[in-house]
Amino acid sequence: MPSKPLKNPCNLCQSVRAILKRPKTGQQLCKECFFHVFETEIHNTIVDNKLFKRGDRVAIGASGGKDSTVLAYVLKLLNDRYDYGLDLMLLSIDEGITGYRDDSLETVKRNRDQYQIPLLIVSYKELYGWSMDDIVKEIGRKNNCTFCGVFRRQALDRGAIMLNVDHIVTGHNADDIAETVLMNILRGDLPRLQRCTSIITNDTSEDSSGIETSKVLRSKPFKYTYEKEIVMYAYFKKLDYFSTECIYSPNAYRGHARVFLKDLEQVRRTSIVDIIHSGEALSASVVANTTTKLPTLTTCTRCGYISSNALCKACLLLEGLNRGLPQLGVGHSAKIRRQHEERQRDSGTSTPLPTSSSPVVGGEESTVLAATVTLPSSTSSVDTGNAQTKDGLDYEAKVVVTHMKDLETRIGQLQMPSLHST
Amino acid sequence: MATLNINLQFSGGMELLFDNQKSINVQIPSTFSDKAVEKHATNMRDLIAWTAENLVQERPELFLGNDGSVRSGILVLVNDADWELEGELEYEVQDGDEIVFISTLHGG
Repeated sequence: MPSKPLKNPCNLCQSVRAILKRPKTGQQLCKECFFHVFETEIHNTIVDNKLFKRGDRVAIGASGGKDSTVLAYVLKLLNDRYDYGLDLMLLSIDEGITGYRDDSLETVKRNRDQYQIPLLIVSYKELYGWSMDDIVKEIGRKNNCTFCGVFRRQALDRGAIMLNVDHIVTGHNADDIAETVLMNILRGDLPRLQRCTSIITNDTSEDSSGIETSKVLRSKPFKYTYEKEIVMYAYFKKLDYFSTECIYSPNAYRGHARVFLKDLEQVRRTSIVDIIHSGEALSASVVANTTTKLPTLTTCTRCGYISSNALCKACLLLEGLNRGLPQLGVGHSAKIRRQHEERQRDSGTSTPLPTSSSPVVGGEESTVLAATVTLPSSTSSVDTGNAQTKDGLDYEAKVVVTHMKDLETRIGQLQMPSLHST
Repeated sequence: MATLNINLQFSGGMELLFDNQKSINVQIPSTFSDKAVEKHATNMRDLIAWTAENLVQERPELFLGNDGSVRSGILVLVNDADWELEGELEYEVQDGDEIVFISTLHGG
């Protein structure tokens, strides 16, 4: 029997010193119990939401940063431990940002070797003819994040098609999603509010519209995982990740949202989950009252990818770059699209304007409402990370809300076998 | 004056504020006092202020937060344990302690 009292014993095993205070429950855990709880909760999220089917080919959107590095590690571990039968791959986007992405891609290459997962890197330069360095030279630092966000969204889809995968998973965590919910509420951006809270999007089996949509699903297995725990997990597992801010993206708006949430969390521990829940509840009520006009899907007349307009956002932005009018599509794109359509009508042709590097067929468009892209901080992959509208949202929103409640209950009750029996 | 030998570590991008050093061994006074507070054993509040003043190379506002703590979003470990379990700012620093600062503010 223990001879001397243990300082800060683990709340679960009671036999080892705690090393972490969990942000969502306040529970204090030792290292092994923390690993077990962290991994098990992600496993439960995957199973409860039926994110995967046996035999699925799954691409992990990998930036080399903390979230995607931990996601790759944990997915490989869970795939082995629970025999999901998934074929995992790493998919990285090279935006062409010297001194940032080139370094982070080196981290992804090390992850490929460490975790023995194949890696595909697709670059903006090869897809669009423009790297982000080229684009910033052309347009300056203002609005460059719009280009990056729109292109990344489509590039991930194109990479997924090249890899012939069924599913892309991204490392968006609970803190990211809460920030995005807050930002979308502050902007009144209801379509994005819906998309950012869905754990899985673009489920074509729910799409009865008959439109040929991208078959690639997207999901966020870390939807309920706190950033603090991801970072602590990476620290205690000594995972190799890259951490430098993008040199072109100060992302001030998100930064303020983030600090605000962290301050709220000091006062009320459950703030992050509360805000995600608010986003889900608001989404559900928006769907219930369909007074808000949701965009309908069509295909881009130029590249054939999914779009909510005749000309998709990526093609609009490329058109501007290639014609030396880079502001095209950055500001009032609705007006520009109208002018483009009028020009087409006037000239009596229905063919789109010629372009030197039109995207190839096979993906989807990221930005749903033209108005939303006028916002300056539609920058990170979180904003556009689940940018897919479709008719299945009502169903998804309800599932997610229900799931959220179940999960919260279960986290509270989680029982652990003793990992330290001596 | 008595001093404490402390190992400070910086990661997750935090090292960028410290001239890219991931580990720094420092000697700090074992007691602090100023106009406002009586002489007392060095605690985390003192260590953070001392670090900001003596070691941060640029943009101290990215290290320091309000009320003498680190900026929110920076995780702190004391001898490999979450400082939230150790009393945070009031933790009395011991000779030989290893203190880790991890930024979570960088993209993933």
